[in-house]
Amino acid sequence: MLEGFLNQFWPATVDGLSLGAIYALVALGYTMVYGVLRLINFAHSEVFMVGTVAALFTLTTLGVSGQLGGLALIGMLLLIAVVAVVASVVTAVGLEYIAYRPLRKRGGSRLAALISAIGASLFLQQLFALIVIPRLFRLPQEGGRLPVQAPGWVRRSDVVTIGDFVVRNDKLLVLVAAVLMMVALDQFVNRTNLGRGIRATAQSPENAVLMGVNIDRIITATFAIGGAMAGVAGALYLMRFEETNYFVGFLLGIKAFTAAVLGGIGNLRGALVGGFVLGLIEMYGSALFGSEWQHVVAFVVLVLVLMFRPTGILGESLQQARA
Amino acid sequence: MGKKPIWGAALAAAGLMLAACGGGGGEETGGAPGGGGSAAATTVKIGVMGDLTGENSGIVIPLRNAAQLAFEEYNATNPTTKIEMVEYDSQGVPEQATALAQQAINTDKIVGLVGPAFSGESRQVGPIFEEAKIPSVSASATNPGLAENGWKYWHRIVGNDLTQGGAVADYMKRALSTKTTFVIHDNQEYSKGVADVVAKTLKDGGVTVQTDVIDPQGSDYASTVNKVKAAAPDAIFYGGYYAQAGRLLKQLRDGGVEAQFLSGDGSLDAGLAKGAGGDNADGAIVSCPCLIDPTGKAGPASKKLADAYKAKFNADTAIYSGEGYDAATAFIEAIKAGKTDAESINEYFKTIDVPGVTKQIKFAENGEPAASDVYVYLFKGDAYTLLGNAKEASKPS
Repeated sequence: MLEGFLNQFWPATVDGLSLGAIYALVALGYTMVYGVLRLINFAHSEVFMVGTVAALFTLTTLGVSGQLGGLALIGMLLLIAVVAVVASVVTAVGLEYIAYRPLRKRGGSRLAALISAIGASLFLQQLFALIVIPRLFRLPQEGGRLPVQAPGWVRRSDVVTIGDFVVRNDKLLVLVAAVLMMVALDQFVNRTNLGRGIRATAQSPENAVLMGVNIDRIITATFAIGGAMAGVAGALYLMRFEETNYFVGFLLGIKAFTAAVLGGIGNLRGALVGGFVLGLIEMYGSALFGSEWQHVVAFVVLVLVLMFRPTGILGESLQQARA
Repeated sequence: MGKKPIWGAALAAAGLMLAACGGGGGEETGGAPGGGGSAAATTVKIGVMGDLTGENSGIVIPLRNAAQLAFEEYNATNPTTKIEMVEYDSQGVPEQATALAQQAINTDKIVGLVGPAFSGESRQVGPIFEEAKIPSVSASATNPGLAENGWKYWHRIVGNDLTQGGAVADYMKRALSTKTTFVIHDNQEYSKGVADVVAKTLKDGGVTVQTDVIDPQGSDYASTVNKVKAAAPDAIFYGGYYAQAGRLLKQLRDGGVEAQFLSGDGSLDAGLAKGAGGDNADGAIVSCPCLIDPTGKAGPASKKLADAYKAKFNADTAIYSGEGYDAATAFIEAIKAGKTDAESINEYFKTIDVPGVTKQIKFAENGEPAASDVYVYLFKGDAYTLLGNAKEASKPS
């Protein structure tokens, strides 16, 4: 068992980080909305799904054929990421306007918003399975529930090879892109006016209003930023796995939410740490005990962490997550 | 997190409501036999249950089509008792299948069932049909355990996983001379069944075997790929369905694993090549206790079905279409013999012995087919071709 683990240590580390990077990007959406609204936006998994579908649609529309490597790959990734971000942001903000804001304005409880989130999530899944995916990719009606494959567009090659430590180009790209996005977000939240508004609202909505912060604008911005991160995650996912389906956000959404809780929900850097830790635990756990134990190991670790640090590894709260 | 269970429960509830609502009105359609004229044509209902729209519907639709073809051919002969086919789309989900089974029994009052298609749903639905005393013939549920429940109304017209796993393992040893094999499955009933038999047969034959399990809902199989790379096997056997098989094969090839890939009948679909992408599936070998013979090499009955199927559906016969046709034929023969209620059809199945497309339609006492063979198929491009009977086929060049 241990020997197997040692054999797989470096590959598991690389895969864990690249898996964790996608968890972390999606986790940001959960954590930001939670920080500002104290709401678990369960429909965020579908924001990610919309991102993957938009990215795939861009690829098929452009008729990308032949495998891309090097700069061409990065350029194409940027392009599909932009489209995915637009689609995801529209979805996330749309959710806020249709599913959450009306409830908030009428003084609905948090529980009502949670149910609304679950409803919106199911609605989006089925809408995509029944109408959007079949229409976009010209599939027969029942094709909407099947995985849709991208043309093989990524030429995979090893960019770093040091003994057992081999890093493939797509995994490296996922990691680098995710870290870049997170650094950018961290700077944005800490350095800009809008970022200050988000932090203020997270700290105390009442006081933020008194200080002249337009709360509705802040909330919209929060959803938009979370959506943008999910869009980037969607594009990266499509590069890594080259397929998607209407249900793709479900498991990944749960994992990302777990990562957010593990790192400390409401905490931006916590999402990053939680994502990477969860990705690594899953891969190490699989290497040690077999892949069927992946989820068991991950959630045992989550429970243990929460027993000793109920607010997650880095602790709760958006406002304190700063340099 | 509770999303899926909630959804499942809602569906089950909806199914029950349908069943409950229809309870009263069902009489008029079900009990149509006219009391007056003796020659008046009557209609009996026979269900077809399986994943008709879900992720793995590709291996169920051909058998549904073939059954439909058989029933239509029969109805076209203007018999005194016509057959109406009723579809039950279980999506392969056991919970959904049980709700549909209640509907089939209470509302539609079917006299027989072709299906359920998969082993997992069969296990759940079996006791329900057993209690309702309605005979079923599955064309594709291959789990060996199904025959060990002592069910009296359950039958299948396809060889089971023990037969298949043993045959493919022997083929791997004999024709591919494998020394180290990596066996992977997705922990579903069918998948684990066939994979376990392959692993055990190979081990008993002196082959080094390592195993791993993947999550059918997951999309990242990196940890499995790492294990396979570390083990450096010369062959990989995957027990499971084509959607995951394609995904796994793609990630194995992307990860630089070049070993011979084999799988069982759940992966015998063009979807395997699609999911694997590019030419990743080229050379993959997939076994099946079923005979797929669109060119009609195997015999005139096979040829006749292939032609009729092509004419009606504008597609080649595919996986389990022959068996689906045979399952439907079993019911047609029973009704031809004047057995129009569930009990007497089941009684008739004890003695049925007629030639089918894929094999002699004859059941052992436990519901298994009296005899069956395992075939291996080779993938190339988006299609697969018959390599031959696993007992005799050689290594593809």
